[in-house]
Amino acid sequence: MPALVVAIGVTLVVLMQCWVTGVLGDMIVFNANFATGHVKVMSQAYSENVDQTPNDLALLGTEEVLQNLSADYPGMEWVERIQFGGLVDSPDAYGETKAQGPGAGMAVDLLSPESKEAERLNLEKFLVRGRMIQAPGEIILSDEFATKLEVKPGDQVTLISTTMYGAMSITNFSVCGTIKFGATALDRGGIVADINSIRMALDMQDATGEILGYLPEGDYDDLQAGAISEAFNDKYNDTSDEFSPVMLTLREQGTMTMYLDMVEYFRSIIIGIFMVAMAIVLWNSGLLGGLRRYGEMGLRIAIGEEKRHIYRSLITESLFIGLAGSVLGTAIGLFFASLLTKGIDIGGMTGNSSMMMQSVMKARITPEAYYIGFIPGVLATALGTALAGIGIFKRKTAQLFKELQA
Amino acid sequence: MIQIKHKVQIIALMLLITGTLWAQPSGDEILDRIDANMSSDTRYVKSKMVIHGPRSSRTVESESWTEGTDSFTEYLAPAREKGTKMLKLEDKLWIFSPSTDRTIQISGHMLRQSVMGSDLSYEDMMDDRKLSDVYDAGVIGSETIGETECWIVEMRATEEDVAYQMRKLWVDQSRYIPLKEELYAKSGKLLKKTELSNITKHGSRWYPGKITFKDMLKQGAGTEFIVDEIIFDVEIPEHVLSKASLR
Repeated sequence: MPALVVAIGVTLVVLMQCWVTGVLGDMIVFNANFATGHVKVMSQAYSENVDQTPNDLALLGTEEVLQNLSADYPGMEWVERIQFGGLVDSPDAYGETKAQGPGAGMAVDLLSPESKEAERLNLEKFLVRGRMIQAPGEIILSDEFATKLEVKPGDQVTLISTTMYGAMSITNFSVCGTIKFGATALDRGGIVADINSIRMALDMQDATGEILGYLPEGDYDDLQAGAISEAFNDKYNDTSDEFSPVMLTLREQGTMTMYLDMVEYFRSIIIGIFMVAMAIVLWNSGLLGGLRRYGEMGLRIAIGEEKRHIYRSLITESLFIGLAGSVLGTAIGLFFASLLTKGIDIGGMTGNSSMMMQSVMKARITPEAYYIGFIPGVLATALGTALAGIGIFKRKTAQLFKELQA
Repeated sequence: MIQIKHKVQIIALMLLITGTLWAQPSGDEILDRIDANMSSDTRYVKSKMVIHGPRSSRTVESESWTEGTDSFTEYLAPAREKGTKMLKLEDKLWIFSPSTDRTIQISGHMLRQSVMGSDLSYEDMMDDRKLSDVYDAGVIGSETIGETECWIVEMRATEEDVAYQMRKLWVDQSRYIPLKEELYAKSGKLLKKTELSNITKHGSRWYPGKITFKDMLKQGAGTEFIVDEIIFDVEIPEHVLSKASLR
């Protein structure tokens, strides 16, 4: 019975650890894939006004910058992105405005055979109507935006924007598909286009707004990203030249510092509270176990067994119970966590969210999950037994005989 | 004798005050004089806009015909903008782009967007209503700009549809033309600054040959609007200020 209580508690701790790590970790991955990369290279002036996506301050000579990045950090993947805004106008049969609205777009490399961008952004999964971009001059609109503009795949729209040099840019695009990201911020006026089409439209030859870098292991590592950005900035950033490149880590971008700290705090708080609660339950269980065997202890003292020996044997016993319960609980917890790694679709609940977050939440099994349950599982049981066992030293032989006679 | 001397002093002082008050026109009078210089029923302008961006400068040439709030502009250079036409009728703007063969309508708050990446909005460029029709004015002081004595005139909008609810003008006291202006939002935030220079005479009017606009919410060193040719009260054929002119 005590081993079962320990197992249940450890199962919950392991499951909670995997769930919280998975969900919050995926939110970081989602942001890294869509907006921040693990590191991001921009011009210094662009980075200072990044919220306005100021393409007039874009990074020039990107071919050379990319060559340097690939040479300096060979294992990393570097991709160019252009964030852009503008008015999207749909024509009537006479070529005049039928409907229009402001849009915010992301231009990514979707046509190079070696590009992994479509996969990284999971675009095919978001597709509602039509197909992916297959040729220059094609564009994908968010389904909500396309409905507002009264356009469907195959229709033409015009993007009215500003070139990198401030000139007016009016370009026709063919809508090839519509997507639903599941986040209001992206669905209100979202546009996805191939980077070379947008380069032509915004007159950004050999220029880009942002270069995103992804670490070889695929997961964000704050220390590694920090070391890379520090080395890059030492070599290439010139604080007196506002157009020199600067590299920021995921943590240094926008509200990500706050977000990452928040993730860490939440994780610690959730796991901490859970561990404390479980420790109290298990301790209590150990305490009750000790008290339940009150009579047995009395008898053992009465027949001459040494108090210290009884106490040690109780604690050893509880350590074995805790260990058995922890192993069992960890195994069960990992089993349920592995089921949750497939994810739970919460798309229906995130309909009005303005945050960039994924609609499927998944648990993630990390090495930590294999030992985190052992701490409350083993220690709490032993502590509970140790506390309950103190009573052994207070019992007197004369009193014990009276108790036994009764 | 002393009493007479006092009376003379008082009369002299009163005359001085009256003279000063008489010499300082009211705000509305100043606006009327500015309108007489700068506003006309119709006008034709051939101009250059030198737009100083954060990295480089570029020049856009255009010619436009304006009648009150209605205006038609055709861009002549550079090649990327050549052939682009804009027609503004009251609060609606149509842009024809030859490269896309599209006529796009822009209205509402979009009219406050930058023209060709400059520091001018469509409203700045195409609205030629008389100041006295849409603002009340008061003189709040005087200042010397260079060697020119100026009245400082504060104008407050009487209409809701104006782009700037408050404007402050430094008006040349002899030629009645603004030399400097600050344009404010309703909240009191300074949105733009302009400087008018190269003032030349066109018939009975004084008119600036160059207006430098600085959008205070934008990077860059501002936009110079250079008037190459201006004709006031020109006869504008009816079709020019109609959608037929766009194609």
